[in-house]
Amino acid sequence: MLSVVVFLPLLTGLALLALPRPRDTVVAWTWVGAAALDLVLVLGLWAAYPSAVRAPGVGGSGPAYEERLLWIPSVGASYHVGADGISLPLMAMTSVLFLACAVYSLHQRRRARAHAVLFLFLQTVSLGVFSALDLLLFFVFFDLSIVGMYFVIAGWGHGRPARSALQFFLYTFLGSLALLLGFIGLYAASDPRTFDMVELAEQTPLAGGGAAAGLVLLAVGTGLAVKTPTVPFHTWLPPAHTDAPAAGSAILAGVLLKMGTYGFVRIAMPVLPGAWREYAMVAVVVGVVSVLYGALVALAQTDFKRMVAYTSVNHMGYVLLGLGAAGLATRQQADAASLAVTGAVTQMVSHGLLTGALFLLAGVLRARGDSYDMGSYGGLAAGAPRFAALAAVAAFGSLGLPGLSGFIAEFQIFAGSLGAVPVPTALALLGVLVTAALLLRALQRLFLGGPGPLTPRVGDLSLRETAAIAPLLALSVLIGLTPRFLLDLIAPAADAVAALVSG
Amino acid sequence: MTAALWALVGVPAVAGAALLLSGRRADAVAAPCAVGALALALAASAAAAVTRPGTAVPMLAGVPAGLAVDGLSAVAVLTVSAVALAVVLFATAEIGADQARGRFFGLMLLFTAAMLTAVTATNLFTLLAAWEVMGALSYALIGYWWKEAFRVRSATLAFVTTRAGDLGLYLAAGAALAGGAEGLRLSGLAALEGGWRDAAVAGVVLAALGKSAQLPFSFWLSRAMAGPSPVSALLHSATMVAAGAYLLLRSEPALAATGWAGPVLAWTGAATALALGAVALHQSRLKQLLAASTASHMGFVVLAAGAGGVGGGMLHFTAHAAAKSSLFLCAGAWLAALGTQELRDLRGAARRVPWTGAAFTVGALTVAGLPPLPLWTAKDETLAAAQQLGPALYATGLAASAVSAAYAARVLAVVWSPVRGEGARPGPGRPDAAEAVPLAALAAAAVGLGAMALPPVSRWWHVLLGAAEEPGPTAGGTALSGLLVASVAGVTAWAVVRERTAPLPGRRLLAGWLGLEAVARALVVRPVVVLARALAAFDDRVVAGGVRGGVRAAASLSGGLAVLDDRVLARGVRSCAGLVARAASLAGRRGEAGADGAVRSVVSGTRVLASWALRPQTGLLHQYYVQAVVALVVLAAVVVLLR
Repeated sequence: MLSVVVFLPLLTGLALLALPRPRDTVVAWTWVGAAALDLVLVLGLWAAYPSAVRAPGVGGSGPAYEERLLWIPSVGASYHVGADGISLPLMAMTSVLFLACAVYSLHQRRRARAHAVLFLFLQTVSLGVFSALDLLLFFVFFDLSIVGMYFVIAGWGHGRPARSALQFFLYTFLGSLALLLGFIGLYAASDPRTFDMVELAEQTPLAGGGAAAGLVLLAVGTGLAVKTPTVPFHTWLPPAHTDAPAAGSAILAGVLLKMGTYGFVRIAMPVLPGAWREYAMVAVVVGVVSVLYGALVALAQTDFKRMVAYTSVNHMGYVLLGLGAAGLATRQQADAASLAVTGAVTQMVSHGLLTGALFLLAGVLRARGDSYDMGSYGGLAAGAPRFAALAAVAAFGSLGLPGLSGFIAEFQIFAGSLGAVPVPTALALLGVLVTAALLLRALQRLFLGGPGPLTPRVGDLSLRETAAIAPLLALSVLIGLTPRFLLDLIAPAADAVAALVSG
Repeated sequence: MTAALWALVGVPAVAGAALLLSGRRADAVAAPCAVGALALALAASAAAAVTRPGTAVPMLAGVPAGLAVDGLSAVAVLTVSAVALAVVLFATAEIGADQARGRFFGLMLLFTAAMLTAVTATNLFTLLAAWEVMGALSYALIGYWWKEAFRVRSATLAFVTTRAGDLGLYLAAGAALAGGAEGLRLSGLAALEGGWRDAAVAGVVLAALGKSAQLPFSFWLSRAMAGPSPVSALLHSATMVAAGAYLLLRSEPALAATGWAGPVLAWTGAATALALGAVALHQSRLKQLLAASTASHMGFVVLAAGAGGVGGGMLHFTAHAAAKSSLFLCAGAWLAALGTQELRDLRGAARRVPWTGAAFTVGALTVAGLPPLPLWTAKDETLAAAQQLGPALYATGLAASAVSAAYAARVLAVVWSPVRGEGARPGPGRPDAAEAVPLAALAAAAVGLGAMALPPVSRWWHVLLGAAEEPGPTAGGTALSGLLVASVAGVTAWAVVRERTAPLPGRRLLAGWLGLEAVARALVVRPVVVLARALAAFDDRVVAGGVRGGVRAAASLSGGLAVLDDRVLARGVRSCAGLVARAASLAGRRGEAGADGAVRSVVSGTRVLASWALRPQTGLLHQYYVQAVVALVVLAAVVVLLR
């Protein structure tokens, strides 16, 4: 069943390719249909998860819906997929975001078929990353996501797409090579040799610590940090976003960045718990630096999309802070560590929804006014009230206003981390303040006050754009007001991870 | 009776959200909707105040969202919902049909719901959520007339400044969790372990000082006056600024447990009461005067919380809410009718419309602390508590109450002065019922609360708040402060009427709110902006620049490799194919039909092979990388297998 969910988009894409000269509307609606069906299937998995996880042979919070086929038996690599409380929310968020992009792209006229197929391919790859339980499988999906996004930026971008795409590709691909090196290290240290994550987590190779464990964690951590991205590996992000098409940016920031942070929770922490404990302070420091640096650099931007891109660095910093703090928590602070990890996973989901919405809104801005320059607009709320209202909700969500998902995530991270790492957490709190200032200033420059030179060109959101963006924000509000449905899924898995690394 | 609790918060919240979601379509029904929702909320408050319900819904792991009504919050919910109802009723006349009424009343309802949540919150999670929502809604309300950029800038400044204080609550929540407060309960703060209690209390203190516009945060309240007058009447009397002071009263046991928080707060409150009172005395615009007066009076409540006088502090909270909201409403009415809020242009304003004039007078006399109005009693209880912390604190508080009397008398003298020159401005005539009823109700409440001076009522009040053991004011102290206030008020009024006022030293500094905003800009905003710009430049030039250099190098390397490919490898493959093709054509010319077919198939096969061989040589760097990775994986697999 899980494989159906993962490969349904790809199969739809192949079917689209097989069709002789399909009309653009057929392509667009097929894409929407496939994305919607995939979302329904993921929600089905979510709904059935409690019973699936209690099935015989599946322990507590472990993965359900496991499927395992021999792939490269000689190196102990298999096609092994499964879903648990950490991966399912991310899979659901991925499906939602891809559906939003499909709706947003309903009017795509530039090589519409290739565009749709590429996104369907990316969806399969993304769902594959979040369901993979084998390091090699994870790596293949992880790398294919880079290839897919390269073509999205290069083919449908604006500005200097080829250059930005190449930089994005080179940088993240180099990062993934580091990741591969780490995976091979894990493989070499395992006994019996395997790439299987579940077996590796049981074996916990390199548990004795030492230089080898540190080096493997360094390789894995660097690879994931490039993808996340954290300071100082973030510089591919702004140009990639500036030149990427709106839907591409939404997927890049909403889904692809999560592959990095997900890798920390899925691989680095459970497989190398000892090394994670030992070097957790590095994650904390990198997280706090990313929080503050991302927020401050975002504050200085005049380009709306670049600003949103830098806030991603800031938001991903909170995730790292929470995960690092869990590694430094003492045995008495186990509850706090669980809260921090739960918050970190919640932040991944929340950031996907909110930043996806923000990037789609940035796309609307560019589609109308052909510019992201905040100084060229102003007073948009008069002519485009719906645009202004959705942007305001997204901005307040992104700055962590209670009632939206960002607050649920950040509150848990802060409250859970403060006990273990008081000073870094207190510093990271300043990021919340800077984010508030910069997002309110952006709202002020774009939507409020008097009109700017490009303001007359900006009309209100169309039904298509509203239908793509509003559900993302509605989901964020749903999580913000009634988080239990999400936290009930995340918490057991997060508790298990936290228990491995804390104390 | 948890239904009352849910209705108390839920009715305004749902009605407000519905109005906001409907946009301009809701304009026509917004005002009656808001009044109805708040009337229901007031009824629910009354029911909750009697039945004292409590409820909690699961939220985070081990941290529910909890609401409960006890003695303290019973007073608060009644105050908040009553003032909100009065203000919204008044605003139905003030915010005209040409305005976005759906948005205005929707925001006011949501704000009221947030404040009601904040005062009934039982733990830090719920409190923080309501607290931050209040801040964001105050942003939206201050920037209600968003087309004017300065109002939006003021709103942003107010939100960011108060949020700086809000960070304290995040800190407190983390400390409470680390210190083992079950469910982050506010009542558990006093029992926290070790340093976590100090950290949690410090966070609460920071948050409360920011929200209540105490020193050094007071400047945001001045900027918040950019919003409509009814917004000030609600936010800057009974809610928002009052929330900080209320939180301190609620967490008084934890404050007392630390030993240091009490004196710090008492002195901050007393200093704010005195300094902002002096600021109020020097304002030339009515709303600015009232704003400074609000910060000053919140200073009294903070002083009460720090000195352990919950009874007096809570009376101050309630009576000030009634008085100050009616003052703001009157100021708004005059602003609308006379087009000015400059004090010198408001001469005789109170004579034009008796209702408004009377309500303003009651409010101003209450704020002045004249006996037997309730702030006189409240202040004396606070001063009695402050006396325990030393005579200096008591003297500062007494001086602050004298300053309150002075600015209240000054403004009263101005608005009752006879107008010079006949018929300078036409009066607006009688206000309609929507304006008269709330003003009358608020004035009646302010006067009625004066009953707290009576010993049996006062005893009931203290028992209600669980503060029965607090020391009461001595008769001598009460007489002294009453006499002081009355004489200061009398002298000031006389001086204003006779125009015998002389400029006081430090006039400019006080008129400019002590220059606090300029200081904050110089010490915080500007360095942060400079740092941000420097980091952005650093990011562009150094961090990204290095990467770009690498990309350029890699690109030129790949270009070189591609040329090498084209020249050497591709040529070899092509020449090979050409060779075969030539052989084939040679064979074809020989005309040997049998061999011809075979050779042709070899040629076409070779061509296909050649194109396959050329396919990886695309010159695209990423494809080389893919190949490299595949090769690396294969290599690694081989190495592993051979070991």
